[in-house]
Amino acid sequence: MSVIQLPVMQAATETAIAVVDERNWVLWTALKTGQVLLFVLSLALLVAALVLADRKIWAAVQMRRGPNVVGAFGLLQTIADALKFFFKEIVIPAGSDKFLFILAPVLGLIMAFAAWAVVPVAPGWVISDINIGVLYVLALSSLGVYGIIIGGWASNSKYPFMGALRSAAQMVSYEVSIGFIILTVIFLSGSMNLTTIVDTQGAGFWNWNMFRLNPTGDLGFWNWLIAPVMFYMGVLFFISALAETNRPPFDLPEAESELVAGYQVEYSSTPFLMFFFAEYVNIMLLSAMMTILFLGGWHAPINVSLPFGWQVLPFIWFFLKTAFLFFMFAMVKAIVPRYRYDQLMRLGWKVFLPTALAAVVIVSTVVVFASDKAV
Amino acid sequence: MLIAITFYLLAFTAIAAAFMVVAARNPVHSVMFLILTFFAAAGLFILMGAEFIALLLVMVYVGAVAVLFLFVVMMLDVDFVELKQGFLSYLPAGLIVAFIILAEMIMVGAAYFSGASKTVVPTDPETSNLERFGEVLYTDYAGAFEAAGLVLLVAMIGAIVLTLRERKGVRTQNAMDQIARTREEGVELVDVEPGQGLG
Repeated sequence: MSVIQLPVMQAATETAIAVVDERNWVLWTALKTGQVLLFVLSLALLVAALVLADRKIWAAVQMRRGPNVVGAFGLLQTIADALKFFFKEIVIPAGSDKFLFILAPVLGLIMAFAAWAVVPVAPGWVISDINIGVLYVLALSSLGVYGIIIGGWASNSKYPFMGALRSAAQMVSYEVSIGFIILTVIFLSGSMNLTTIVDTQGAGFWNWNMFRLNPTGDLGFWNWLIAPVMFYMGVLFFISALAETNRPPFDLPEAESELVAGYQVEYSSTPFLMFFFAEYVNIMLLSAMMTILFLGGWHAPINVSLPFGWQVLPFIWFFLKTAFLFFMFAMVKAIVPRYRYDQLMRLGWKVFLPTALAAVVIVSTVVVFASDKAV
Repeated sequence: MLIAITFYLLAFTAIAAAFMVVAARNPVHSVMFLILTFFAAAGLFILMGAEFIALLLVMVYVGAVAVLFLFVVMMLDVDFVELKQGFLSYLPAGLIVAFIILAEMIMVGAAYFSGASKTVVPTDPETSNLERFGEVLYTDYAGAFEAAGLVLLVAMIGAIVLTLRERKGVRTQNAMDQIARTREEGVELVDVEPGQGLG
């Protein structure tokens, strides 16, 4: 496997490691801060692009033009909206818990950004390559719910509180099945390190966890037995990701026809913007996680040869896959009607959880059986 | 140096937040401080090199248990002033518990520093926390591990049995029936005469 070494972050990380050996933590901290700033800035710019893409796709499905006034083709619409939010007055309800009211969106945004620390976007392009990266992402995404619960409670108002309760129940429910789905991937890769999970999948879409059509791998022809199971797990992960990020058709926490805007009712100006921002950063995080876990991360789907012996940068593949998944998120929002709350809970606990558990049993059995034969 | 600063910061946060759990007037704030305590404890675990336990602590206690705490506490309609009235009468009992815990901690510390106990840091830096846990749980302590699982299963079934009640007159929906419905069953076209209604 030939991996193109890209100097920017790779070099930075290597320097960082060398620096740690000398226990020079000041320089190390400066380097890591630079990497974090790079990630945060690119995520912020991407959110601006994604919000516009989301609205444009939604409009295209409904045969509208979408935002097209500010800037060429409406490209600056998000910037205009963000500026408008910044300059509005922050309204804090009289009976609210003021400290928690402000803390909630800040917490939500911090958790959304912090999870990106372990996401590898290309070989070596990761802030912290820890060996239990999957657990870290799961832990932080389970913390994201606090922003919503605290916000709903601190508003001291009916609709936000009901929205917060719904959201918490929904996110906790779907986290359980997401945990089991990720477990199947961990069994196949034998590691919780996200970089290792991508590396064990390899180039070519037939090697990716979602398809697994290659009979020459570690598991031999057993691969074909778990191929349908893993494809199904990939689909379940996508649907659970929709529920986890409160996206339509599972946007019950902010269902405007029943709860006005759910937990966001009392929020205005910058705090609202922060909730909004955190939501899109989380959507990107789960798209990236699905790319890593099921779609082979930065590996190319087929061997693409460019003239002059150039190669497509691994990061481009990662970006394209994540963007495609976001496109799917947007299409689902445009096409599927909202679920009812009991249907949502039934789907999570009675359909996803049992099937994910069965898949864990099947995949682990096959992995143990195949590796026993190989030894 | 950095590790020492981080340790004292986390340790101080843990103790201060634990104190505030008891001292806070609002029960929701108490739960918030409890979460902060869990967080600081997780940070201390990471400093000790036990990153697996740290993340498990965050996932299980902060991500699930504390959310349920918060649920219950938020929906309780309690008079906080009334609740705090017996505060001082419980003080002796609290002091006894605190004294016992302090004594236990001193004994554990003494055993650790005398070198009689095993080290908490994994001895082989090449093996990850996770692998060591798996090896120990599924070999040396397999029996205890399974027994713990069984206890949890019994607790789960017990909770379901206690809260399950047959309710009469509740209209439920069978999802399979709903999905199996066709357009012919669901839609009926009626040609209504003007001024007649459906009668």
